[in-house]
Amino acid sequence: MLDCAIIGGGPAGLTAGLYTTRGGLKNVVMFEMGMPGGQITQSSEIENYPGFYQHGKTGMDFMETWQEQCFAFGLKHEMKKVERVSKEKEHFVVTLEDGNSIEAKTVIVGTGSTPKRTGIKGEDEFWGRGVSTCATCDGFFYKDKEVAVLGGGDTALEEAHYLSNICSKVYLIHRRDSFRASPTTVDRIKNIDNIEIITNTIIEEIEGDMMGVTGVRLKNIKTDEKSNLKVPGLFIFVGHNVNNSVLKDEGGNFICDMSDWGQVVVDLSMRTSIKGLYATGDMRIEAPKQVVSAAGDGAVAALQVISYLQEES
Amino acid sequence: MAKYVELTKNNFDATVANGVTMVDFWAPWCGPCRMIAPVVEELAEDFDGRATIAKVNTDEEQELAVKYGIRSIPAILFFKDGQVVDQMVGAASKDAFASKINAIL
Repeated sequence: MLDCAIIGGGPAGLTAGLYTTRGGLKNVVMFEMGMPGGQITQSSEIENYPGFYQHGKTGMDFMETWQEQCFAFGLKHEMKKVERVSKEKEHFVVTLEDGNSIEAKTVIVGTGSTPKRTGIKGEDEFWGRGVSTCATCDGFFYKDKEVAVLGGGDTALEEAHYLSNICSKVYLIHRRDSFRASPTTVDRIKNIDNIEIITNTIIEEIEGDMMGVTGVRLKNIKTDEKSNLKVPGLFIFVGHNVNNSVLKDEGGNFICDMSDWGQVVVDLSMRTSIKGLYATGDMRIEAPKQVVSAAGDGAVAALQVISYLQEES
Repeated sequence: MAKYVELTKNNFDATVANGVTMVDFWAPWCGPCRMIAPVVEELAEDFDGRATIAKVNTDEEQELAVKYGIRSIPAILFFKDGQVVDQMVGAASKDAFASKINAIL
């Protein structure tokens, strides 16, 4: 039986792995279906992780050293997708996609979140064929072309900035007239010549042909004025959905307390309503959705796991 | 140990011409592509002798990316006897890729 099963290999899961193994636990497995790193590996630059201040370093550069460090103390990695976690008497059963299952004394979940889809007409049809949620992945395919970015938060603005270095022009479309993003980021965007900000505007439809997106239909929600924008690419950054499906039982009910928005209810020690089960990172209530806080959560949960196992034995 | 095939415009058509081939269009700067890299390596071993597992570095092989209309990566195309029969966009689990291959074998 595992001392601890960690589900998810982003900053929270990796840090939990580091702290549990360095803290003396021998049998800790992190389940992550591919190479660990998490969503931050899609980021074009890291500016707010204290202790790491190197311009031009991407999220991927940043996470490479994490892996080296987090696996240095005996953390094991299983490249398997977890279907669900259940508690049976005093221990947990982690059921995998292939039908196999593994028992664990404790579980730390940090499965993060996934970029939200908007539900705009044409979005599903042209997903991966002009509609993207990853500028660092797909920006390259729009070199010297015009693209549209949808959203008004930090991610939308940072990625618009990134795209402005590759694309001939970036239209930033936002449904309000002010931005949620940090003032520093907003100021930076406003000073970039090839970014045109279109506020109070929504996308009514994404249009395309056999090859993919050809344009978007816009509507100004203040004036009701409609217009067309001919662009081959649309990057959508409108928030995230919590990846909480591993916490559902076979009947589709959550095994622990959740918020109305599908986030896991935890206390300051990352304890869920089930003894021995911890939730960390983007998926928990009040999550600030920052690498530094996800890492902090992972450390907190790992220390809790160590003392929980000491008490139980 | 079986390894995936690195495809260029020179060996692409010949490689996918016969049997089942999974082609992973990727690039070094793409996080989700790097995430599935170890998965693709394992698939190459698992399907050794039954299906060809291949990769195209879209940074170096832009012509191939254009030819297959790649606009988002990782893009995984499944070929049977030279024809694209299925495709996926984005990172997924090893089982998800394996079941796509098994479905066309």
